[in-house]
Amino acid sequence: MKQYIRKYKNWLMLSVFVAATIIALVPLFGVLGYVLKNGLGALNIQFFTNLPKAMGLSGGGMANAIVGTLIMVLIASLIGIPVGILAGIYLTEYDRHSWFSTAVRFATDVLTGIPSIIVGIVIYTAIVLKMGNFSALAGGLALAIIMIPLIIRSTEEMLKLVSHSIREAGYALGISKGKTILKIVLPTAAKGIITGAMLAIARVSGETAPLLFTALGNQYWARSLNEPIASLPVQIFQYATSPYKEWHQLAWAGSLVLILMIIIINLAARFAFRSRHS
Amino acid sequence: MRQSLNEGQFVLIQLLKDMGKEVERILLGCMQTLISLDRIQADYWIAEDQKINDFERQVDDECVRLIATQQPVAKDLRKIISAMKISTDLERMGDLAIDIAKIVRRIEGPLIKQLIDIPLMAEKALEMMRRGLEAYANEDMELANGLADQDDQVDQLYKKVVRDLLVIMTERPEVLDQGMYLAFVGRYLERFADHATNIGENVIYIATAGRQDLNK
Amino acid sequence: MGQTLSVRKLEAWYGPNKTLKGINMEIEANHVTAIIGPSGCGKSTFVRCINRMHETLPGTKVIGEIILDGESIYDQDPVALRKTVGMVFQKPNPFPSMSIFENVVAGVRLNGQRNKQNLQAIAERSLRMAALWDEVKDRLNYSGISLSGGQQQRLCIARALAVEPAVLLMDEPASALDPIATTHIEELIRQLRDNYTILIVTHNMQQAARIADSTAFFLNGELVEHGATSEIFTNPKDKRTEDYITGRFG
Repeated sequence: MKQYIRKYKNWLMLSVFVAATIIALVPLFGVLGYVLKNGLGALNIQFFTNLPKAMGLSGGGMANAIVGTLIMVLIASLIGIPVGILAGIYLTEYDRHSWFSTAVRFATDVLTGIPSIIVGIVIYTAIVLKMGNFSALAGGLALAIIMIPLIIRSTEEMLKLVSHSIREAGYALGISKGKTILKIVLPTAAKGIITGAMLAIARVSGETAPLLFTALGNQYWARSLNEPIASLPVQIFQYATSPYKEWHQLAWAGSLVLILMIIIINLAARFAFRSRHS
Repeated sequence: MRQSLNEGQFVLIQLLKDMGKEVERILLGCMQTLISLDRIQADYWIAEDQKINDFERQVDDECVRLIATQQPVAKDLRKIISAMKISTDLERMGDLAIDIAKIVRRIEGPLIKQLIDIPLMAEKALEMMRRGLEAYANEDMELANGLADQDDQVDQLYKKVVRDLLVIMTERPEVLDQGMYLAFVGRYLERFADHATNIGENVIYIATAGRQDLNK
Repeated sequence: MGQTLSVRKLEAWYGPNKTLKGINMEIEANHVTAIIGPSGCGKSTFVRCINRMHETLPGTKVIGEIILDGESIYDQDPVALRKTVGMVFQKPNPFPSMSIFENVVAGVRLNGQRNKQNLQAIAERSLRMAALWDEVKDRLNYSGISLSGGQQQRLCIARALAVEPAVLLMDEPASALDPIATTHIEELIRQLRDNYTILIVTHNMQQAARIADSTAFFLNGELVEHGATSEIFTNPKDKRTEDYITGRFG
């Protein structure tokens, strides 16, 4: 009799776990499915090559927004990734225990939770007002500030995962600390660190609020980095909240492109940095 | 694998072989002394006892060292323990040989008969010793088993020696002393052969972990 | 060739704990010296002082003298010292991001040697010395962690030997390995003795008895007895040593 009760309990628990997993997956696939369904129809060559057209006209595109997002993410990465990784290395390898690093770590943790709109406002005040104009640079900078704490955190975690005996082995061979970190520890943690960076990139690609105050948006191509520039999230926001059906279509298409971009970045990160040996 | 242990065992075999050679040298020397009845020579051989004792101590020390440092088990362990026992047998054989020299000091006058069987006993006993040590070195059970027959032959020779001496002692009572001493020599050589047989018993123990009495 | 080590009045702290209370010891060249003792007796700390790894941990302190081949190790750059005094650890730790070949030459290459032929020659020589060449010569570009535990440890030994140290420190090198792999390592250590001074920490007394020329017994941060292995294991002079090796401790 007892074994039947046990079997029943096991089955019950298993069902609960499976149900919870399905419930968790439903929104994910729901969102993907919805966006796919609505966006695929509006996806065509013009979307990728044309500038936005006036309301009411069909055939508009989001070329400038796509390029704008790519440019600002690139700026953010060029600033944020080196700073984040180097800071992460410093905190893990050189200064794990002092009051200074504890303070830095605490600040980083707080910053990862900061609402991104605040970052936008700060950059607005510090950069946009000072320079007198909205710009891609300001946008990129705002995104960088959001990226940095994320990358510091993930870099730290990945470096901590590297067993201390690996470092000791390096020192024991008469390899200096710097070289040990650069040539032994980093390559070992590389996969994880880069994945962390990729995830940060994916995260900021979709940030809308900070860009509203820094890059503003642009119906045309930006001619330099010191000008307002379009970006996918902002463009999607503007089109989705407009009353025009064509623009709604474009917003769906834009959402699809944005999601696909993020998925591709994720896949690229995992594929390119898969375990090469064995 | 187990280079140290193998080397140690090789050293033991060499030590025992060298010890055997020394025992042989001493026995042959003492037999020669018996035939010549040279008392000065006898004193020399009695002092050679020390060499055998040194060998025994060397073998024992090496065995202890090997057991402590190499933790031998199974056949390795039996081989090493047997080496200690064989060195004891060889030491006794050395003592028996020297007892012959001690007898020489007590014998008066010329030999009452030409010694034929006694030297033959010595020869056979030495042959057995060599065989036993060879069997140990090669873990050769067949060789070891053959010692039983050889021991029988030595026992037969001993009986003959005693009978012959009794005949002489009955005919010429004035040579009773020498006859008795010569009988002792025969006894020593018979014991010598028994110890050689023990070596064979150890070889069987090494190979089978069982005990067999070859002395019958 | 190996070098002699003189240790004088060595004291070491780990935070507030004094782990070594004044060690005086002469370690002979081209010898295998084993250090035995119960857990926490300071044997690992001692060995880590010799290649100055103890100092890399936070909160540690060392005073005393260690003379290697006539020169104090505290007068040298620690990084340079560790090329002369190599170390093999308890848990095999090949670099995961490198192939077998790269692992072996890591110490040499990261210190400046670039010539491909030289590196290959060094790799082959070191792997042969570690008795691993035949098993891996056809897969040198496989990951260092694709080998079995015993092979990984031999790889780490090859890696340490490639740097051509004079002294090889081994901190319980076989304790993470199965008995057959352990026997391989022990035979290897015997063979290396001719060209290196080897100091091996082990909690396995029988291992010390099997492979070491001399053995030192540590207890509570002190060196209790140090002598020829056969002496220590057949007739130790100190009662504490006898109690430990006969298993009558505590």
